[in-house]
Amino acid sequence: MNVDLQRPVFVLDGVDVPFTTGQTVMQAALAAGHYIPHLCYHPEFKPHGSCKVCTVRVNGQTFASCTLPAQPGMEVESNTDELNDKRRTLVQMLFVEGNHFCPGCEKSGNCLLQAVAYDLGVMSAELDHLFPNRPIDASHPDVLLEFNRCILCELCIRASAEIDGKSVFALSGRGITKHLIVNAESGRLADTDIALTDKAMEVCPVGVILPKRVGFRVPIGQRRFDASPISAQALEDAPRTPAPRARGQA
Amino acid sequence: MSDAPKRKLRVATTSLAGCFGCHMSVLDIDERLFDLLEHVEFDRSPITDIKHCGPCDVGLVEGGICNAENIHVLREFRKHCKVLVAVGACAVTGGLPAQRNHIDLGACLQEVYVTEPSVRNGCIPNDPELPLLFDKVHALHEVVHIDYFLPGCPPPADAIWKFLTDLLAGRTPHLGHGLIHYD
Repeated sequence: MNVDLQRPVFVLDGVDVPFTTGQTVMQAALAAGHYIPHLCYHPEFKPHGSCKVCTVRVNGQTFASCTLPAQPGMEVESNTDELNDKRRTLVQMLFVEGNHFCPGCEKSGNCLLQAVAYDLGVMSAELDHLFPNRPIDASHPDVLLEFNRCILCELCIRASAEIDGKSVFALSGRGITKHLIVNAESGRLADTDIALTDKAMEVCPVGVILPKRVGFRVPIGQRRFDASPISAQALEDAPRTPAPRARGQA
Repeated sequence: MSDAPKRKLRVATTSLAGCFGCHMSVLDIDERLFDLLEHVEFDRSPITDIKHCGPCDVGLVEGGICNAENIHVLREFRKHCKVLVAVGACAVTGGLPAQRNHIDLGACLQEVYVTEPSVRNGCIPNDPELPLLFDKVHALHEVVHIDYFLPGCPPPADAIWKFLTDLLAGRTPHLGHGLIHYD
């Protein structure tokens, strides 16, 4: 194997994965071309560890691989029936907690929740749907907020605060009542300074934050995850470590 | 092939709170229907107009549960079908009809049949023959055990074909990338 011998290595599902000190298991795995299913992890943001879809098993214990620092010699299990069953259940819980009506969603085909579910072979939510009542916010002239689809990944919160410097979004409530809110006295998006060019506009993995007047301009069937499954595409998004130099070769 | 003709699988289909779009998608398997008919025969189905389901190998149910009659039909299918399949978004999740679930049923009927601007002299239907509406629309698995789910609005014809041919061949149906669609 073409592995840089100077870099430490951990083992993921029986395969050596080289890493740089400070990388998490998720970062090193993606950079080395190994997919671990995930939702709230985004390569441009500090790992958050909230969705738990990236859970792996190390020495019998489970950890969120996006926040777990890689250690030399670590034996990590990810692609096992047991962990994929747990991931399916987590994804199914996200589907029943919100109102995810894919046939009517502009994000369908570009949605990470849907794509992860396809990839894990989720054929049904299997649990009882909660059908929460979450009114939409259409107050802003350019942006629609569809709270029914929020999975509480906090990517919009992180993007708006850390990159846009605006803190347009926040979470409120605890447990099952936890929900996304807009940081304005009126609670309306129209009363914030969000703009279409904001990072917060592009990071939503599901169909909560949508630019208006876009809709189905790209038809269903020609969308991002129609081309190939997310397990293939997540690797394309991952920041690459420089190609390791094999010793003894020019 | 052995000389003895194999017994044809008996299949029943119905649409509950659905739009018959999934049945249209079954027809969309086109000329492969002739191949299918070599292996299956239909029991209760809009194709045969048989009104009640007898003993069947496979039941394909489109649509969710929105009224008391839906429950009776679904239970009849569960009782008589060895393998019961939820076909399409409405059967799997409640789908479009379930979008009324956060609205009070009385207010919903009032809007549709009385106050909606295009309605003249409207009234809420109350004929005793009409099945009782439920306040919420439910997915099939919330009422009876479902053996397989075929998502999609509708499931693509190729997904239906793959599912049925896997089942006919005695394999666990498996839809890969491109055939699993929720939209």
